[in-house]
Amino acid sequence: MTIITLAKGVNMGLRAAMEADPKVLVMGEDVGKLGGVFRVTDGLQKDFGEDRVIDTPLAESGIIGTAIGLALRGYRPVCEIQFDGFVYPAFDQIVSQLAKMRARALGYISLPVVVRIPVGGGIGAVEHHSESNEAYFAHTAGLRVVACSNPVDAYFMTQQAIASDDPVILYEPKRRYWEKADLDESLALEQAAPLHSARVLREGTDVTVIAYGPMVKTAMEAATAAAEEGQDIEVVDLRSLSPLDTETIEASARKTGRVVVVHEAPGFLGMGSELAARITERCFFSLEAPVLRVTGFDTPYPPSRVEEEYLPDLDRILDAVDRSLSY
Amino acid sequence: MSENAAGSARDTAAGRVPPRGSEPELVQLLTPEGERVEHPDYSLEIADDELRALYRDLVLVRRVDSEATALQRQGELGIWASLLGQEAAQVGSGRAMAEDDYAFPTYREHGVAWCRGVDPLNLLGLFRGVNHGGWDPNEKNFHLYTIVIGAQTLHATGYAMGMQKDGAESAVIAYFGDGATSQGDVNEAFIYASVFNAPVVFFCQNNQWAISEPIEKQTRIPLYQRAMGFGFPGVRVDGNDVLAVLAVTRAALQNAREGSGPTLVEAYTYRMGAHTTSDDPTRYRLTQELESWKLKDPIERVKAYLVRTGKADQAYFDGVEREADELAAYVRKGCLEMSDPDPLSIFDHVYAERHPLVEEEREQFATYLDTFQSADGLEEAAAPTGGH
Repeated sequence: MTIITLAKGVNMGLRAAMEADPKVLVMGEDVGKLGGVFRVTDGLQKDFGEDRVIDTPLAESGIIGTAIGLALRGYRPVCEIQFDGFVYPAFDQIVSQLAKMRARALGYISLPVVVRIPVGGGIGAVEHHSESNEAYFAHTAGLRVVACSNPVDAYFMTQQAIASDDPVILYEPKRRYWEKADLDESLALEQAAPLHSARVLREGTDVTVIAYGPMVKTAMEAATAAAEEGQDIEVVDLRSLSPLDTETIEASARKTGRVVVVHEAPGFLGMGSELAARITERCFFSLEAPVLRVTGFDTPYPPSRVEEEYLPDLDRILDAVDRSLSY
Repeated sequence: MSENAAGSARDTAAGRVPPRGSEPELVQLLTPEGERVEHPDYSLEIADDELRALYRDLVLVRRVDSEATALQRQGELGIWASLLGQEAAQVGSGRAMAEDDYAFPTYREHGVAWCRGVDPLNLLGLFRGVNHGGWDPNEKNFHLYTIVIGAQTLHATGYAMGMQKDGAESAVIAYFGDGATSQGDVNEAFIYASVFNAPVVFFCQNNQWAISEPIEKQTRIPLYQRAMGFGFPGVRVDGNDVLAVLAVTRAALQNAREGSGPTLVEAYTYRMGAHTTSDDPTRYRLTQELESWKLKDPIERVKAYLVRTGKADQAYFDGVEREADELAAYVRKGCLEMSDPDPLSIFDHVYAERHPLVEEEREQFATYLDTFQSADGLEEAAAPTGGH
């Protein structure tokens, strides 16, 4: 057992993938000598060389566009987008090229490209450094979108994303980069839960709270607090945003009959909307209450001095749990 | 004041866009009149049979193109992007490629596709609406057509970076037009290629028009001069001179293969037709301009040279015409036989690995479609006995 941070989990996952397959490349802004602004790629260039850990020019469309070309040549590039709000210059390359090229080629080619994005707020940053843009990519056919919430998942999901023959957007909750957990390094990749599975983190009978990425920890804290008031909350870590593990989600919804979805991203047309719609379509007669959402507001991400008001927190989750139970 | 300042800067700029109708400096080996001329930097030794083969390529790709335009007019294609006028730029650069080299086209590189050995019918699918491309790019090292302007230049650069990592002695050629040079992606491709010294040739067909916008709306300096700012050579070639294009592209590809990095080739040419069959160029350009470019036709000058030098006789020209007619008939027949895809094929190839949502929707849609089929089936079954 080793105690690792979430950032270290991604780092170790990258290292393991690079050791296993010489075609795996890491590319992005400042990922080399600096080790990335969050030090996620720390030490990789020293050990794997500049040919495999590539400091790119400061141009995000270029990162993804050249990664597509490298993938066409047989490489497996892992691209780092430095902050969530900087992915938009690469939006066309991701949505129009990376996502669609395989279908355009009728399956003759695959694009095993991973796009790593540190996501979400809570670190007191300036504008464009705290966004949650997963809905854009989960909405796009041809992409797979996953979000890790803890160090162990970070380690395994990074490797699984790289092993996938499809493009994967990997969201890393930046305010949880320094969270710690025990990693059993003797576990093989095959023993880890499948990349696109959700996980019931805490079993409960009264209300299901579904969260992913940075909100999982908050949801767990809410469940602990609710237990003191006699409410038995089930917490589901969604892990995969596209595709959804509908089986796990629906089983939990049927069991509790009450679902609250939590995410940092704005609510309108967010993951919560899709989850609410699907749960309602599939579990209608098992529901005791409408599916409720606790989300960021439908405003631009606010200045950092008020971001704690914007972000869903323990109290807002408990408020939604109470409202759900009141039906 | 700033306008005046800008105006005077434009007037005094060393390399500004040549005024429309003027003759810019460019590499030429065969004049519009079919005279063979020498260029100090680009010599070309070419055997008579190679020369005849280039002529044949030019005629055949023009014939495929005109047949496709006709098919669009007859409703068999939804749209067609004609290469008319750009045959020499495409055949010259296409024939400059080695087998292991790789081309990343726009949606107009039918002539390059021909040189790579891609079946012309493969190109029709996306214009007929039966697929979005759908050929195996690795079969002929000819990537899929890319419709978003300039996006492919980054793919080309990345692919070239991969060749470099592999230690391959090959190069990539990235096609794009004058309009694309304004795109961020093309400029980012220049930067990446330059910084990583990637073996890629940026082949810009400056056909003077980006739909309705003339080159003056894209640039204040000749496009090939932009390369200097990115740190690699740029050269302007007569894009209607197949020999010059061949020589210039060959040299650029060889430099790339030898580790000298990228080159920007500006093939100075003209879009003789509309942007696509949906466009009406009479709304924005003068017939006079078109007429002046007709005198620089890429095929006529090769024919004039072959005739004058006796390198080909009438029987040869007649043979090429016959072959062109046969090719056109093949394209026509193949196009008409191209059937609509199965509705359920929408769900194919979205992902390489299993995706539950796609599978679920395919299944639901198949079940829905079956409800119509079984209703038809019942009607048919009932017909023999249901008449009285």
